[in-house]
Amino acid sequence: MSNKENEQPQKKDAGKIFLEELSKSPLTVTILAILTGLLLGGLLVAITTEDVYATIGSSPWEAIKIGANAAWKTYQALFTGSVGNPAKIVAAFQSGEAEAIRRAVNPFFESLVASTPYIFAGLAVALGFRVGLFNIGAEGQLFIGATTTVMAAIFIKGLPAIIHVPLSLLAGFVGGGLWGFIPGWLKAKTGGHEVINTIMMNYIAFRLSEFLLRGPLKDPNGYTPVSADIEDSAKLFRFFENPIRFHIGFFVALLFAYLVYWLLFKTTWGFALRTVGSNPRAAKYAGMSIVKSTVLAMFLSGGLAGLAGANEVLGVNHNLAVAFSSGYGFDAIALALLGKSHPFGVVLAAIMFGFLRNGAIQMQLTAGIPIDIISVLQAAILAFIAAPAIIRTMYRLKEPDMDLDAVTLRGWGGN
Amino acid sequence: MTTTKTIEYISPTRRRAMGIIFLVLGILLWLIFARGLDGEAVTTFGLIPGGSGQELPDWVFNSLNMLNILSVMSIALGGYQLARGFGKRTNLMLGIVAMMFIFGFLSWATSGGTLNLAGLLRSALVKAVPLTLGALSGVLCERSGVVNIAIEGMMLTGAFVGAFVGSVTNIWIGLIAAVLSGGLLAWILALLSIKYKTDQIIAGTVINIFATGITSFLSAKFLQKYQYLNDPGRFPTFEAPVLSKIPFIGPIMFQHNMFVYALYFFLIALTIGLYYTRWGLRTRSVGEHPKAADTLGINVFRTRYLSVIFGGFMAGFGGAYFTLGSVGRFDEVMTAGRGFIGLAAMIFGNWNPFGSFGAGLLFGFFDALSAKVAILKVPIPSEIMLMFPYIATMVALAGVVGRGQMPAADGQPYEKE
Repeated sequence: MSNKENEQPQKKDAGKIFLEELSKSPLTVTILAILTGLLLGGLLVAITTEDVYATIGSSPWEAIKIGANAAWKTYQALFTGSVGNPAKIVAAFQSGEAEAIRRAVNPFFESLVASTPYIFAGLAVALGFRVGLFNIGAEGQLFIGATTTVMAAIFIKGLPAIIHVPLSLLAGFVGGGLWGFIPGWLKAKTGGHEVINTIMMNYIAFRLSEFLLRGPLKDPNGYTPVSADIEDSAKLFRFFENPIRFHIGFFVALLFAYLVYWLLFKTTWGFALRTVGSNPRAAKYAGMSIVKSTVLAMFLSGGLAGLAGANEVLGVNHNLAVAFSSGYGFDAIALALLGKSHPFGVVLAAIMFGFLRNGAIQMQLTAGIPIDIISVLQAAILAFIAAPAIIRTMYRLKEPDMDLDAVTLRGWGGN
Repeated sequence: MTTTKTIEYISPTRRRAMGIIFLVLGILLWLIFARGLDGEAVTTFGLIPGGSGQELPDWVFNSLNMLNILSVMSIALGGYQLARGFGKRTNLMLGIVAMMFIFGFLSWATSGGTLNLAGLLRSALVKAVPLTLGALSGVLCERSGVVNIAIEGMMLTGAFVGAFVGSVTNIWIGLIAAVLSGGLLAWILALLSIKYKTDQIIAGTVINIFATGITSFLSAKFLQKYQYLNDPGRFPTFEAPVLSKIPFIGPIMFQHNMFVYALYFFLIALTIGLYYTRWGLRTRSVGEHPKAADTLGINVFRTRYLSVIFGGFMAGFGGAYFTLGSVGRFDEVMTAGRGFIGLAAMIFGNWNPFGSFGAGLLFGFFDALSAKVAILKVPIPSEIMLMFPYIATMVALAGVVGRGQMPAADGQPYEKE
């Protein structure tokens, strides 16, 4: 076999080699997964357009055109909702009015605002993945982080912002971290699987925050289960005037992405964490403590998710309401996979999700497409990322030499 | 049950720990509840749920006496457990002591008032139905070695499809469609986790996200706009002949709609199927040791596909309960995490059908009770009461009540050599 190959030296030209490499690259799969997901979303819009069925009997071609048009309009609305309307932006700049400019560019900044909790939550899940842990409880950790943050931001008074803001963020980190620490400790000490325990902790967190918001944390002057507004000194700095809510949290999130990268890839601790994740047996023989790594990873992961909640409270809402999060923690699982559990990949994926989410709100208003289509898109993309073989078969891509990006998790039984 | 384990070893540490738990519960009964009671106060329990034809007088007793008896009994059981140990019956005894504790709590909370005990139990059973059906779905999947955390998504889809198809055609076709839709999602789960060897938890998460998205999308787009598409009706309640005439138990257990009777049937059928038939032995062996099963000529992949798809049918059926059995209409995200509690019930119930039902009843009981705390003037907020199932599951999972018998190959993809 190998002799024959040696006799015929490979005569591929550069273009062909490039295509082959491209076909093997995991990035190709990611991009194709996103595109295929978007395509499927368009298809869903088209087949749920009522006019399509009204015309399909008389003229199928016309029906297809109507369907395609509906899908096109949807994505157009998604684009203008997430980035802004180019014509409006140009007109606003020409007019030179400050407020008009702010309004025109607001969608773009609002998308970045939506991306910020995604970055934190995505980092949380990705960090868990790197250590072979599935933290499905980011949502609950986010709630607890938001709750502890709001406590620090309301009840501590009279501090300068330079101390109060970091302190409130720290409260969120510790609160979420504690919520991650418990399942981590249970996993390390008793073998109770973190997936089940984090799911349970999610619901405990929802109930707990609900209880607190109906009781001790409720705004004494209000009737609904919403906390009082936080102190001004705890609010995250906003760069522009209303209506732009873009705040410094975005850069804090980027900083944390770098910190997670640094921890995982540049420190001894990070090496131990990753070794425990990829090969626990080897880690054990090398003298690394699986117990310590598991507990530490779950604490940090929970802390990052808690920061997502803290960020929402301090940067956007300025108070805490029941069920304020609407699924950041669950989307984070998709994010971490999409970003290949790498901090920088997670940032890119989070920004994409932020644009999708913000755009979808506009899309619901202007094109009448329910925002839930985003979940369908995410599920499709996630399925393609998790099972790259589907995309490879669909587009006849070559198998990669080694599957580097498969997520490896430790067994259900808690070994 | 008997086939998998004949000898059960109870370590001395666990024996003592259990004894101490019994003792503590007994002492708490006395310390928290009995001590502050007025000796004259009486507890009144209603024994017939509202709307049933039976007639039974209320059960009236002296609260303090009852609590003293319960407390002494718990302490006696704890003493025996410490001295001799109940051996194999330890978990049963734990159940009994826990029940006495809950009963003592109710007696104390109702002291000086009235509580419809039968109504509470009936409502607990009703709330246990979707939880247990979800748990049975999990039992089917996990016994064959595939982790199913997509029960929630399958139930939600079943609920939606049941409501929609039921409205367009009739309620029975709606039910069948709901069951099939659960099976379809299960087939996707099976495909992803068996063929593509995706991590099963990720595959389950995909299905959950997808189900939430597509049902909310279609509901917002069509069901809310055209109300007649969301009006499937409900299965009628009927009394089981003879059985419904049993005093106390009859109205609680045998005056329901079809779903409750179906649940009884599935419980029995699955228990027999899993533990006393060739199919059950094969399924369990695939979940415990796929390689050995394969060596003996059992088709591991086919067994897993079938189990997962049957599990999907079960979850779809459980989902239909929400629209066709309970509410009569679909609301967005109406399962509200009950699929996950079903998963918890399965774990708490030790991966077996009747255990899951017991756990489902316990969880349903706390759900029903939390609705009544306001009436009972209990100083425990309902939110805290609702946390109980989750905390109980975590405690069970941590091995406090004895290590669960999880299928050994659960969650691991099988690769044929």
